[in-house]
Amino acid sequence: MSIFALDQIQAQLPEALAERYTDRAGEAWGVVRPEHIKAVATLLKERLGFRLFISMDAVDRLHLPPEQQEPRFEVVYFLKNIERNEHVRLKVLIAEGAEVPSIRAVFQGANWAERFVWDFYGVGFSGHGDLRRMLTYEEFKGHALRKDYPLRGRQPLIPEKPIRDIFRGPGTNGVQD
Amino acid sequence: MASGDEYDPTPSEDELEAHLQTRNMVINLGPSHPATHGTVRLRIELDGETIVSMDPEIGFLHRGFQKSCENVTWTQVLPYTDRLDYVAALANNFGYLTAVETLMGVQIPERADYIRVIGAELHRLASHLTTAGALALELGGFTAFLYALEARDLLTDRVTELTGARLTTSFGRIGGVNRDLPPGWVEKLTKTLNKVEELAAEVDALLTRNRIFTDRTRGTGVITKEDALDFGFTGPCLRACGVDYDVRKAKPYWAYSKLTFNTPTGNNGDNFDRYYLRVLEIKESLSMVRQCLVQMQPGPVMIDDWRITLPPKEDVYGSIEGVIAHFKLVMEGVPVPVGEVYHSTESPNGELGWYLRSDGTGRPYKCHVRAPGFQILAGLKRMCEGRMLADLIPTFDTINMIGGEVEQ
Repeated sequence: MSIFALDQIQAQLPEALAERYTDRAGEAWGVVRPEHIKAVATLLKERLGFRLFISMDAVDRLHLPPEQQEPRFEVVYFLKNIERNEHVRLKVLIAEGAEVPSIRAVFQGANWAERFVWDFYGVGFSGHGDLRRMLTYEEFKGHALRKDYPLRGRQPLIPEKPIRDIFRGPGTNGVQD
Repeated sequence: MASGDEYDPTPSEDELEAHLQTRNMVINLGPSHPATHGTVRLRIELDGETIVSMDPEIGFLHRGFQKSCENVTWTQVLPYTDRLDYVAALANNFGYLTAVETLMGVQIPERADYIRVIGAELHRLASHLTTAGALALELGGFTAFLYALEARDLLTDRVTELTGARLTTSFGRIGGVNRDLPPGWVEKLTKTLNKVEELAAEVDALLTRNRIFTDRTRGTGVITKEDALDFGFTGPCLRACGVDYDVRKAKPYWAYSKLTFNTPTGNNGDNFDRYYLRVLEIKESLSMVRQCLVQMQPGPVMIDDWRITLPPKEDVYGSIEGVIAHFKLVMEGVPVPVGEVYHSTESPNGELGWYLRSDGTGRPYKCHVRAPGFQILAGLKRMCEGRMLADLIPTFDTINMIGGEVEQ
C-alpha cells in the first residue's frame, strides 16, 4: 500500500503525477510525467525516506490492445522506504525515440538499471553520461526485449556453423536449410 | 669540527625526493578466472597494487531469460528460474510462483507454505555454506571449504529426494507444490540438520577467530550504509551495514509469520561482517526448518481447482471434466488474468523481486526479475576503488555474485 508516497507526491508536486491506480493485488501505482521523474525521485529520497533503490525495468506495449499501445514504452521504478516498510511503484510512459531524464544522479543504483533498459528496449536516458549496453555487446544491433525483435534473432560475433541435424538450438543461425 | 671535507651520511632532500616515473597498469581479471565465480570481466586500472578504477563487464552468460519467459506459458517459466541463482534454485522457484499467485489472487494450502519455507531455507543453508567455503578457499583455507561443501552435499541429497533433481529443481507449481514430502524424509532431514550444524560449527571454528582470515576480511571491502542503500543492496550485504531489512520480517509470506527467528545485523559493512552474518543466518535457518517440521500438519499440498492445477491422473483418464481441464492447462496454460504485480521474497542474497505483467493470453507479457546480485555487483566499484588489489578477491566472494541471476 504505497498510499503515503503517492499522497505526498500529489501534495508536493501536483503537476508530476498523471494518474493513480490500484493493481489486482491492491498495491497503488503512480504514473509520473517523464519530465518530472527526477524531481519525484529526489523528493522520495531526500524528503520522504525512500532511500533503498529496488529496481527499474521497461515494458514494450507493442502487442497490448490497440488503445494501450501509445506511447510505446513504459519505464517502471521501484523504491523502498525501510522505516515505513513501504514500496513505491512508479511508471513513466515514453514514446519511441524520446528520452527519460536519468535518475542516476539521485540513485547510484540506477546507473546499471538504466543501462539495462537502454540495452534491451532502446529507451534513452538524458543526463546519464555513460549509457553503454549492459549485457549484450557493443556490436549488437537492435534491442532484444522489444516485441518486434525475433525470438531466435541470434547475432553471433563469430559466424556459427550450420548443424543440419539439429532442428532447433544453437548453430542454425535462424535459418532452416 | 664542522669542516666542509667531512662526509655527511644523511642524504640530501632532493636525493630522497627523486622518484621513479610510474605508470598505471590496466589488467583484465576474467572473464574466466579461478577467483571469479561465473564469467565476469573486471577491467582494473592499477597504480602499484592499489585499484585506481574498476569497470565490471558482465553479460557473458546472458541467456535471454526475459525473452524466453515471454514466449512460454506461466508454468513453463519455472525451469528458467532454476538457472537464475543456481545455488539456491528453490528460492527462485517459490519466489516466482508466489508472485504469480499474488497476481492471480490464489491462496495456497498451509502445508504447501511450510514445504516452501523448508525448501527455501535448505537452499539458503546451501548458499551460505558455499559462500563461506568459497571465501575460505580463495583466501587459502582449503579445509574449511571441504567442511562447507560436505554439508552442502548432504543438503543437496535431501533436496534431490524431495524434488528429483540436484540443482535444477523446478519444484512447486502454481497453487502449491507438486509433491508432498517423501516417506521417511523428515527423519533423514532431522539427522542431516544435526550433521550440518556440526559441520557449520567446524567452518565457524576454523575461520571466525583465525588470525589470517580476520586480517584479510576485517576492514576490507567496506561500504557505508548510505551507499549500500543507494546502490540497492539487500540481504546479508545490506544487513552487514546495520540496516535491518529482511523481506521475511518486513512483509512475511508463506509460513514465516508463524516462526520465531532473528535477522542478525552487522555494523561495519566489511567483508568480515558479511561473512559472519551468513554464519549466524545458518543457525537461524536450521532453527526455522526444525520449527517447520514440528508445526506442519498433514493436509493437501495443492489447491483443488482444475482451472489452475492439473487434475489427478485417474480423473484425466476417467472423466470428461478431467480430460478437458488437463487439455486446457497443457495447451493454453494457466489462465492468469490481465494485470500486473510486483512481489518480492528473500532469496539468500537479498530481495528477489518479480514484476509480472499479464495480458490474459496465458503467457507472461513481461517477466522482470529483480536479481539481488545485479545491484550488489553495481556497487563493487565503490567497494574496491582506492583499495588494494588483494582485497578485491574476498570482496568479490562475500557479495556472492551468481552469474546466472546477474546476467539473466
